[in-house]
Amino acid sequence: MHAVAVDGVWKYYGDFPALRDIRLESEPGSCLALIGRNGAGKTTLLRILAGFNRPGKGTVRIQGREPRETETRRNIGFIGHGIAVYDELSAMENLTLYAKLYGLDDPKRVAMHWLEQTGLERVRDGLVREFSRGMRQRLAVARSFLHNPSVLLLDEPFTALDDRAIAVLQRLLREGLAAGKTIVMSTHQLREALELASHVALLNRGQVAFHGLRTPEMVADPGWVYARYGEG
Amino acid sequence: MEFARQVLVIAAKDLRAELRTKEALNASAAFALVILLLFSFAFDPDAETTREIASGLLWIVFAFAGTLLLNRSFARELPNDCLDALVAAPVPGAALFLGKVLANYVLLIAIEMLSLVVFGIFYNVRWTVQFGQLMFVLVLGTWALTIMGTIFSALTVNIRLREVMLPILIYPFLVPALMSAMQLTVGLMAGKPIGPETANWVPMLIGFNVIYTAVSVFLVETVLVG
Repeated sequence: MHAVAVDGVWKYYGDFPALRDIRLESEPGSCLALIGRNGAGKTTLLRILAGFNRPGKGTVRIQGREPRETETRRNIGFIGHGIAVYDELSAMENLTLYAKLYGLDDPKRVAMHWLEQTGLERVRDGLVREFSRGMRQRLAVARSFLHNPSVLLLDEPFTALDDRAIAVLQRLLREGLAAGKTIVMSTHQLREALELASHVALLNRGQVAFHGLRTPEMVADPGWVYARYGEG
Repeated sequence: MEFARQVLVIAAKDLRAELRTKEALNASAAFALVILLLFSFAFDPDAETTREIASGLLWIVFAFAGTLLLNRSFARELPNDCLDALVAAPVPGAALFLGKVLANYVLLIAIEMLSLVVFGIFYNVRWTVQFGQLMFVLVLGTWALTIMGTIFSALTVNIRLREVMLPILIYPFLVPALMSAMQLTVGLMAGKPIGPETANWVPMLIGFNVIYTAVSVFLVETVLVG
């Protein structure tokens, strides 16, 4: 069974087809880097995979189930463009809230564990609105990992991260891959993404222009796949 | 049990966030008090007619002040894209919705109690005579306001002019509930209990709440995910 399977997905915004007949699969323990120019459809596809939007046509399966099924949602971790934590709550309160929503045992212990994992334990009771940008991003990483998801959907995860947050995220992603988690991430930071990726999919104007194994050429020259299969 | 726990988690989160910032609470309370104060100067507080129209005024204040409060309900989730994280969590849309309804309900009841105290002072109305029945009407009428306000808050959350759109959309739907609450409150404010001539408005209010609560709970998943 594929960890992620996208079959003939179309998505329209009005008359504009943002996604056109997308077909992709991702196996358990693999890391798929979704690349493409701005407006290629990466975010739209990830939002459909995460169950935030429904496709106009086609089917999406996460571990064989619909993305909106409760059990599927329990297994998905998502990092989007926003950090998805509340400014008016403390770091501890934010993580405890999500631990409770995911029905985890001992939410406070889980929250504390992830504050330690992301180096935020000393500011556990500080309000998020008082945090620096890097601290907020690390909290967002903790929020998306705290329920131990088996499928990680990451939309531009390295964008605007500081060095420490990049290091934290890369470590967690490597550990996740080693533990058999599946990662699908969209990115413009090809070097960071291709170091982690096992597979690459290039989206071009809502269509899959290339989908296959990451090759040494791609790592050596991150622009190679654009030059070979994209618009150059 | 799990559903009730999720509802309470969402409600507690919303209440905690609102009590920290007091954005909607302050705006709503200030609006209610200013309107009650201004109208008290426009009418003679001793006149019988004032007491008769005061109930209508009271519910209009509740509805307008409530809109300010309810507008923030889902808009609170927009900064940092928090709504995405809530929608992604393994929580039924109905639990998310009812949690928000519960938080809004508590806040709106608090605003209404404050307004009633001010109302009693400035309008010379002894609203405590039929306290139990008045609370019964308040509980039902406020539920109607909260249910409609919260579902339309979800519906308009991504609209740029949501502050304008929410009242435009909910007031027409609220007419039956507001009419019932107003009709019931007129007698209660005059110290008369709910009698045969007004009792028919109670099932109307209860029916409104049952129907719109059921419809909202049924539709909220579609409203949130599309």
